[in-house]
Amino acid sequence: MKVLVPVKRVVDYNVKVRVKSDGTGVELANVKMSMNPFDEIAVEEALRLKEAGKATEVVVVSIGPAQASETIRTALAMGADRGILVKAEGNVEPLAVAKILKAVVEAEQPGLVILGKQAIDDDSNQTGQMLAALLGWSQATFASKLEVEGSDFKVTREVDGGLQTIKLKGPAIVTTDLRLNEPRYASLPNIMKAKKKPIDDKSVADYGVDVTPRLEVLKTAEPAGRKAGVKVKDVAELVNKLKTEAGVL
Amino acid sequence: MTTLLIAEHDHETLKDSTNKALTAASQLGGDVHVLVAGGGQGTKAAAEAAAKLAGVSKVLVAEGPAYEHDLAEPLAALIVALAPGYDAFVAPATSRFKNVMPRVAALLDVMQVSEIIKVVAPDTYERPIYAGNAIQTVKSKDAKKVITVRTSTFAAAGEGGSAAIENAASAADPGLSTFVGEEVAKSDRPELTSAKIIVSGGRAMQSRENFAKYIEPLADKLGAGVGASRAAVDAGYAPNDWQVGQTGKVVAPELYVAVGISGAIQHLAGMKDSKVIVAINKDEDAPIFQVADYGLVADLYQAVPELTEALVR
Repeated sequence: MKVLVPVKRVVDYNVKVRVKSDGTGVELANVKMSMNPFDEIAVEEALRLKEAGKATEVVVVSIGPAQASETIRTALAMGADRGILVKAEGNVEPLAVAKILKAVVEAEQPGLVILGKQAIDDDSNQTGQMLAALLGWSQATFASKLEVEGSDFKVTREVDGGLQTIKLKGPAIVTTDLRLNEPRYASLPNIMKAKKKPIDDKSVADYGVDVTPRLEVLKTAEPAGRKAGVKVKDVAELVNKLKTEAGVL
Repeated sequence: MTTLLIAEHDHETLKDSTNKALTAASQLGGDVHVLVAGGGQGTKAAAEAAAKLAGVSKVLVAEGPAYEHDLAEPLAALIVALAPGYDAFVAPATSRFKNVMPRVAALLDVMQVSEIIKVVAPDTYERPIYAGNAIQTVKSKDAKKVITVRTSTFAAAGEGGSAAIENAASAADPGLSTFVGEEVAKSDRPELTSAKIIVSGGRAMQSRENFAKYIEPLADKLGAGVGASRAAVDAGYAPNDWQVGQTGKVVAPELYVAVGISGAIQHLAGMKDSKVIVAINKDEDAPIFQVADYGLVADLYQAVPELTEALVR
């Protein structure tokens, strides 16, 4: 079984983003970029399936600017076998990404696609579900455990009330939650080896997908700030303030 | 214009998140119909509760085994089958609808607008990006709108309606996934997303036992829900359904008590809209103090029992 893992290049999770003063977006110049953390979990899970003999090949795909090849290299250094870069400029929305991925899936014929549950830049939480819809495949979002059962899958999902386990008919779409695994760091020899692994260069035009945004971004603004309050000296003062000043007790 | 609001319920009672999403749905300006899809007898009771909500003009009920366990494929197929009659589809951004709505959107060839916090105009909404560090105003150019609602920012719609209840046209179950089992914690405590008070613990709790010994008695004294930071959940000190943050639950209670939580960006994203924030942390430089109304620099293992005790009197 081949496993396809889409990865996204995003602002590193440690960076505190700043909104541009003219309201056109957030400052991306000279900001550290990394692989979306949920996508790292997806890559890790695919590699573990391969190491367990359940997967034969791990293919990584990224849709974005030329620099997204660095994100693919990161996945190759972790252990993925090869990459596909679909070059696209500007903002490509989840619906368009899902349409491109559908075309990639049709060409690659994986038995499983593992995606991060959401990207930490736009926080949309849509692409995996949309890809499943477009392919007419089963889906298990927010996975904390994944088991392969022949060509089917058993997945435990993190839901509002606790955990839910479902069985998926393969081929299937799985999106990762935080507790699925802890991604490995790439070792130096593997980083060197990754440089020789193939990355297929494609463009959006190769897949004939219209990526014109459906959502027009009118403005990007700073959220309403919250000011630091006061420090209380002890529990008695805290209780007193909550009762008399805040009126919440 | 007619909007279909998809109701959140637990197959027994209608959830508060439905009332909140209804407020957002009503702000779109058209008639609001509510779809209640569920598996058991409770579906009818939830539908009757939905019919009483102010601003609802019709309730559609879909009852069947396919809807019993919140599987994405049959519920999405049902909503898509109802789609010709509607201009907008709204649901609360709960785990059920985060799962289902993008599937609906793709089947309708619509770009979903996730987790809106404000309706600016029927086609224009505000939504947080980058863990709430920026607020984007977006205008949807799609003919139909698919929207999930961050319920912590909308007031709950009250009662006062008497809508007609009808059976929804059925849709075939694609049969792609099946329910195996679930582990749902039964608790008498209020749910995080509707609790008036929340007590949350962080990495400094050090163990599951300390959560039970320090956090839970305080929460029970206050009639509060119990939350946790990602660090505490990752370390196994608390179950995943307690996680508050960018990728967990987003809450906005009257009072949020953060105990031993440093205040990582992704945690703040989940609780900074709370009315009053109390932080107890022994590190006086912890970022949590930058958003706290009342900060107590203290060892939680002394301060929390003292606080619990103080509330008895």
